[in-house]
Amino acid sequence: MKTEVLMIGAGTSGLCAAVRLAEAGVKVIVIATGAGSLGLAPATLDILGYAPELVLDPMGALPAFVSEHPEHPYALVGLERLRSAVAWFQATAAELGYQGGLERNRLLSTALGGLRPSALLPDSMTAGAMASGRRVLIASIRGFRDFYPQLVAENLASSEMGVDASWVELDWSGDATDLVPTRLWRQLREPAVRHQLASMLRPSMDGVEAVGLPAILGRTESQAVRHDLEEQLGRPVFEIPTLPPSLPGLRLFDLLRGALRRAGGRLILGSTAAEFRADGRRVLAVRASEENRHDEYEAGAFVLATGGMGAGGIEVDASRQAREPVFDLPLSGVPGEAEDWVDTEYFREQPFDRAGVRVDGSMRPVDAAGEAIFDNLFVVGAELAGAEPWREKSGEGISLVTALRAAEAILEEGR
Amino acid sequence: MSELGLAAPGSVRASLDQCVKCTICESACPVMEVTDLFLGPKTLGPQAERFRTGDRSPDHSVDYCSSCGICTRVCPQGVRIAEINSQARAQLKVDQGSRFRDQLLARPDVMGRMARPVAPVFNWAMGSPVLRAAGQRVLGIHRSAPVPQATSRTFEYRLRRRPRRAAGQRIVFFYGCSTNYFEPRLGEMTIAVLEHNGFQVEVPRQGCCGLPLQSNGLYPAAREYVRRLTAQLSEGGLAGLDVVATSTSCGLMLKREAIEILGVEDRPVRELAARTYDLFEFLRDRHERGELRTDFVGVPLTVAYHAACQQQNQQIGKPALDILSLVPGLKVVELDRSCCGTAGTYGTKAEKYDIAMRVGAPLFADIQEARPDLVLCEGETCRWQISHATGLPTAHPVEILYKAYGGR
Repeated sequence: MKTEVLMIGAGTSGLCAAVRLAEAGVKVIVIATGAGSLGLAPATLDILGYAPELVLDPMGALPAFVSEHPEHPYALVGLERLRSAVAWFQATAAELGYQGGLERNRLLSTALGGLRPSALLPDSMTAGAMASGRRVLIASIRGFRDFYPQLVAENLASSEMGVDASWVELDWSGDATDLVPTRLWRQLREPAVRHQLASMLRPSMDGVEAVGLPAILGRTESQAVRHDLEEQLGRPVFEIPTLPPSLPGLRLFDLLRGALRRAGGRLILGSTAAEFRADGRRVLAVRASEENRHDEYEAGAFVLATGGMGAGGIEVDASRQAREPVFDLPLSGVPGEAEDWVDTEYFREQPFDRAGVRVDGSMRPVDAAGEAIFDNLFVVGAELAGAEPWREKSGEGISLVTALRAAEAILEEGR
Repeated sequence: MSELGLAAPGSVRASLDQCVKCTICESACPVMEVTDLFLGPKTLGPQAERFRTGDRSPDHSVDYCSSCGICTRVCPQGVRIAEINSQARAQLKVDQGSRFRDQLLARPDVMGRMARPVAPVFNWAMGSPVLRAAGQRVLGIHRSAPVPQATSRTFEYRLRRRPRRAAGQRIVFFYGCSTNYFEPRLGEMTIAVLEHNGFQVEVPRQGCCGLPLQSNGLYPAAREYVRRLTAQLSEGGLAGLDVVATSTSCGLMLKREAIEILGVEDRPVRELAARTYDLFEFLRDRHERGELRTDFVGVPLTVAYHAACQQQNQQIGKPALDILSLVPGLKVVELDRSCCGTAGTYGTKAEKYDIAMRVGAPLFADIQEARPDLVLCEGETCRWQISHATGLPTAHPVEILYKAYGGR
C-alpha cells in the first residue's frame, strides 16, 4: 500500500497526529495492533499535576519545570506549542465539551476516591471538580464490581480537602445477567431505566450539590443520558472514570476515529508494524505482519506512536534487554544490567520511568551525538524519553503536543 | 495440545495468555451490544478457554458468537479471540451433535446444485409465506431471513458460452458459490473488468471453500472442502499465479482462516494463502504501479459503501473506495458501522435472526439517511441482509467499475 504518511499506533498521539494531517489534506493511513489505549484511559487532558509537589496552575509551574528538565518533551517543543495544541484539541473534540485550560488544575475523584489533578475535562466530569465542604453523593449499583461508592465516599471525606461525601448503592439489576459496564451503558440508554434509577436516588438527595456515578452513562448518547438524569434529580451529575473499559476514553476514540474518516484517513486495526526498509537516512517502507501474510506500506513520512513499555512500544525481555521493536531505535534512560530496575516503594520515581527514544525539536529520533537518524521518521507520545508521565500526570499533554509537533514538521517539509 | 495439555507455542489457544482483561473486545462486540444471550468475547474466549480441557465445552453461549472477528481485530494484545471462540464452537458441535439445518446451511454448493434445475420453483417457494413458516418450524430457518434468487443459468454454464481473452498476464479467478448459483452477472462483470486491464483470466472449475462449514462448527468437512478447492485453484498449471476473490469472506478463508482456524498446515494451502487477493486489493496494487486503466465514463450515481467485517479483517484498508474515487460523477458515502449482523448464515437461523437485525440496525439507519441509489459491499450475505433490511438495491463494487469502463 502507498500513502503520504504512515502512522503507527492508534492511541491519543497517533490519532491526534493523523487527524491533524488528514485535515490538512495529507493522505494518512493509521495501522495499529488493536483499538489502542484510549479504551483504557479516563480521557481527561492531564498537562502537569505534580512537579513533584501538587500543581494547581500548570502554566505557572511549567517554565521552571522545563528549565529543570531540559530533556523533557515539553522542553523540546516549547510551551507556546502546548497552548496551541490544547486549543486545537478543544476545537477538534468540541462534541465532548472539554472544559478548563492551562491556568488551573481541577481535582477529580478516582474510582477509589483519591484526588487527581487534571487541566481539561470532558463535560461529563466537570461537576466532579472537588472542593472543601462540597456536598456530593457518590452512587452506584449493587453488583457492579468495578466501583464501590462507600470506598470512594469515605476516601473523599477523609482526604485533606475534606469533601462532604455521602454514598448510596442501589438495588437494581434490570434484566442483565451480569453487571458488566458494557451491559450497564446499554441499559442506561433506556429512558425507563433512567427513570427507575432517578426514583431510587431521590431519597438520598437531601442537601446534595452534585451526584457522582461511575462512567457508564451511554457510549453514543452520553450527553442526553446525563442531562436526563440531571433534570430528574435537579442537580448536576458527573462521571468518575472506572476500570477498563473506560467509557469516556471510548467516546474520545470514537470521536477521533470519526474525524479521521471524515478527513479521508484510513484506520487499519489488527496490523502490527514489524520491520522497515530504508535507503540511507530515508525510511522507504514498513512491513506489517499479519497472520500468514505480509503487507508493506510505502510512505513519504512515518510516525511511530506505539507507546512505552506498558503498550509494547518498548519491549523488555526476561534478561532486561530493552529495545524498540520496529526501527530498533536507540533508547536512553534504560537502567544498566547491574542497576536496579525497580524501587520497592511504588510511588517513588522508578529507575526505568524515563526510558524511551530521544528526539530533536521536530520529533526526529536522534543518536547518541544528538543527530537525527532518519529524515522522515518521527516519534511521539509515550515512546519518548525524558518524562515520567505517571508521576507528573502529564501523559495526554505530552502525547498531544508531540503529535502535533510531528504533524507540523511533516507539513513544513511538504511545503 | 501436548501430552501435558499445554497449548503449542504460537497457537491460537496459547495467545490467551496475552489477555490483560482490558475488555476492549467486549466494548466492540456487536452481538454483546444487543443481547444477553452472548456472554461476550472475553468471557467466552480467553477466560472460558482455560476451563476447556479438549473433551468438554463448559458453556453453550459461545454458539451465539457470530464469527464477525471484530474482537480479534481490536485486541491491543494480539489475542486470537474470535479464533478461540470458533474452535470452542466446533467442540460444542462435536459434543452436542449438529442440527440438520446447520448441516444444510453449511453447504451452499449442495443447496445451489439442488436449486439450479428447479430454480423457478425454488424462488417461488422461498417467496411463499406459508412454506417459509413451515421452514421455520421444521428446519429452524427464520421465515423472514433473506434468501438469494437461484438461477438455472449458473456462472459455470455461462462461462462455457463466453469467449475469453487468451493473451496477457494470467490470473486465477476464485468466484465462490454465491457467484455461481445466485449472482452469475457478478462473475461476468469481474472477468470483463480484468480482461479490460489486459489479464488472461483463468477460471478453473471450483467448489466451496468450506467457510460456512467452519462457521457452523463442522471442521472435518470444512478441511476437506478447502483442500479440494486448493487443488482446483493450483493444479493444471495454475500454481504460482495470483488468485483474486470477489467474495471477501471466502477470500479470507483462503488467505488466513483455513490455516489459522481450521489448522490446515499443508504446503499447497499456505502457498495459495500467500497469492490470494481481494479483488479490489489486487486492482489497487495495479493502480499504485500505474497499471490500472482509467478510461472511465461517468457514473452519475450516489452509492453508500459498507466494508464487511471479513473485508476489514484482511487489514487492507478500503481499496474499493480508493479505486471508486477515480470514477467521474460517482458520489460515494462511506458507512462506518461495524457489522450488518448476518455474518454468513448466522442471521438466517430462527433463534438468531432478531439478534442479527438488531446488530445491523445502526448500519441500516445510516444507509437510509444517506439515501443512496445503490449500496455497495463485498460480502454477499451482507448484501442480501442490507437489501432485506433497507429495501435498497445492493451490489459488489466491481459492478460500478464495470459500468465506469462502459459495460452495460
